[in-house]
Amino acid sequence: MSAALERLRRHPAIWQRRTRSADGLPTGFAALDAVLPDGGWPMHALTEIVAPREGGGELRLALPALATLATRGRWLAWVGPPYVPYAPALAAAGVVLERLLWIRSVSPAEQLWSAEQALRSGACGAVLVWPSRAQPRGLRRLQLAAEDGRAWALVFRGEAPPGEATPASLRLRVAPSARGLAVEVQKCRGRSGARLEILLDD
Amino acid sequence: MSAHASQSAACPARFRRAAEGARAAPAERPHQHRAAAPRLWLALYLPRFPLEILGAQRTAAIAPLAVTDGPGAAGVVVAADADAVAAGVHAGMPVGAACAVVPNLRLAVRDEAAEAAALEGLAAWAGRITSCVSLEPPHGLLLEIGGSLALFGGLEALLARVRDAIDALGYSACLGVAPTALGAWLLARAGLEEPVTAAHALPARLAPVPLECLDLPAQVQARLRRVGVERFGDCCRLPRDAVARRTEPLLLERLDRALGRRADVRLPYTPPPVFERRVGLAGDVRDSETLLRVAERLLAELAGFLQSRAGGVQALEWHLAHRRAAATRLVVELVSPSRDAGHLLLLLGERLERIELVEAVVYLGVRARAIVPLAPASRDLYGEEGVIGGDWRALVERLRARLGREAVRGLAVCADHRPERAWRGCPPGDSAAAAMPHARRPLWLLDPPEALRSVSGEPWLDGQLVLTRGPERIESGWWDGHDVARDYFEAHCPDGACYWIYRELRARGGWYLHGVFA
Repeated sequence: MSAALERLRRHPAIWQRRTRSADGLPTGFAALDAVLPDGGWPMHALTEIVAPREGGGELRLALPALATLATRGRWLAWVGPPYVPYAPALAAAGVVLERLLWIRSVSPAEQLWSAEQALRSGACGAVLVWPSRAQPRGLRRLQLAAEDGRAWALVFRGEAPPGEATPASLRLRVAPSARGLAVEVQKCRGRSGARLEILLDD
Repeated sequence: MSAHASQSAACPARFRRAAEGARAAPAERPHQHRAAAPRLWLALYLPRFPLEILGAQRTAAIAPLAVTDGPGAAGVVVAADADAVAAGVHAGMPVGAACAVVPNLRLAVRDEAAEAAALEGLAAWAGRITSCVSLEPPHGLLLEIGGSLALFGGLEALLARVRDAIDALGYSACLGVAPTALGAWLLARAGLEEPVTAAHALPARLAPVPLECLDLPAQVQARLRRVGVERFGDCCRLPRDAVARRTEPLLLERLDRALGRRADVRLPYTPPPVFERRVGLAGDVRDSETLLRVAERLLAELAGFLQSRAGGVQALEWHLAHRRAAATRLVVELVSPSRDAGHLLLLLGERLERIELVEAVVYLGVRARAIVPLAPASRDLYGEEGVIGGDWRALVERLRARLGREAVRGLAVCADHRPERAWRGCPPGDSAAAAMPHARRPLWLLDPPEALRSVSGEPWLDGQLVLTRGPERIESGWWDGHDVARDYFEAHCPDGACYWIYRELRARGGWYLHGVFA
């Protein structure tokens, strides 16, 4: 009975909301921490970052937290990034490069598989994924893998179709603003809809 | 017990002499006089070995099968499968008679070379139980387990472990346990699986062992049978000097070795420096599931082999031999040495999933050339508290097995002013530190740079780009022929995206996109 239930729970088409969530990892931006329910990025869960186009500072939003994880000895897996992650910039941002795993562009199926492997391995603190097309089914699998492997799944994606539900614990939409980043909390536990601006100093 | 009593009553003086002789004999070989734990032997007798090694996988039987000692009808059956046995075929039966009993009997000639190789493979596996393994050809092993009992949590646990493993390897075995090697072997041969741990209990417990298990020459057996000797116990009751004089000193020697009155020297099996195993597959195999089942057995043997040498492998070479086409060769490389059979199997599975077999596989072989010492698992220096640190090496190996080596890398900084040479891919976890530029750098690099459209000399990307920072002049590399001369700028798109672009200062000129400030 419990085995059958467990199988059902693991079915990729079924997503179950968890009640408990781990403590948040400070984002490095006080204004953002203030609006997030756990006071930071929800660990052991999926975060979606919607960026209409690359180059809007979407990666810099996650960078302080990623640097923290790598400093703690956790691995950062970058699965299918659109360009070469530039080592000098990452090192300058405080990312311990020894803890970086660069998984180069592969087919969508392999990308999802790689991300799941990395999430479930127990070695990775964060797994960053740039899916060529983010589909709810694949995102659900990442969310499950993140919970099971106690890792932070971070998906960067383009604009989602209107009204599409997301299995992610947190979805932010980011776009460049005059002084930094305009962040809209599209989904999170408790208080969706918050909008804020984050200043990026150079 | 009664056999022991009557025997020693019959010839107490000779018994003493024999025992003294054994002590005085120059028999102090490796197995004999090592202190510490009392000796205890585990014998593995594999009655169906010739049959089991023939088809490395257990296939659904088409028809009863018997293995014979030679081609043609003149041979003798050496092993028969369950169906054949049920129909009345047994080992030792002439082939002609067996075929008469079971008309649709399939016959296969035993492959003695393959049996010998398989036995060595099994001995390699046994290295994980004890360092003291000796072969008992053609289908037996002797393991000295006295020193291993504590490690495995007692005899019962050890035997359970061995039984499970033998089963997983696809063999069926009779297990005999006794304080003497031959005693254990006789118990196993006779299928008497109740362990004997005390030497004084041996005579009584060996008494029911049938005469043929003693492996005496046929004419000796015949002579003994004529005087009514059928079992080990009967042999012990014979007057000792009469036996020595009239029958065969060989019988006395067997009895004394079995009962521990005479030294029983066993040469320990020394595994070869290289692990190499190859098994034939019954029927042509195409599906990876069957291949993996066979591979699992080979890996179990490899794991024992590695354990006995306190080593691991850094690379494993698989050979998939086909009937006509050239063999498929798969090399599984590891980030760090391992002897984890499960992990190695997983890696092979990933590789098999990625390839298309040109042809069915008839032989599966594995070779571990370099055995490297395996350091005890070291704790991760950084390991976050409360989090079970997963094995990142296993992750890298798994990803590489499926995606290819080059797809999974680490990143490092290089001391070079040219942006495209200020980074390099490296083995994961191997990023040596280097001096970093002080100027701002983008998180994404385009490799190679992308030419930008220019409209009346101004860079253009979905609209005119506004230069917001720069120029930073980079002129470098004259020494290696890849010299560059560029002016770098940060540039903003009308929608706010920020890029790293440069103007080529050489003859051809033009604007290029080299990075994205993501």
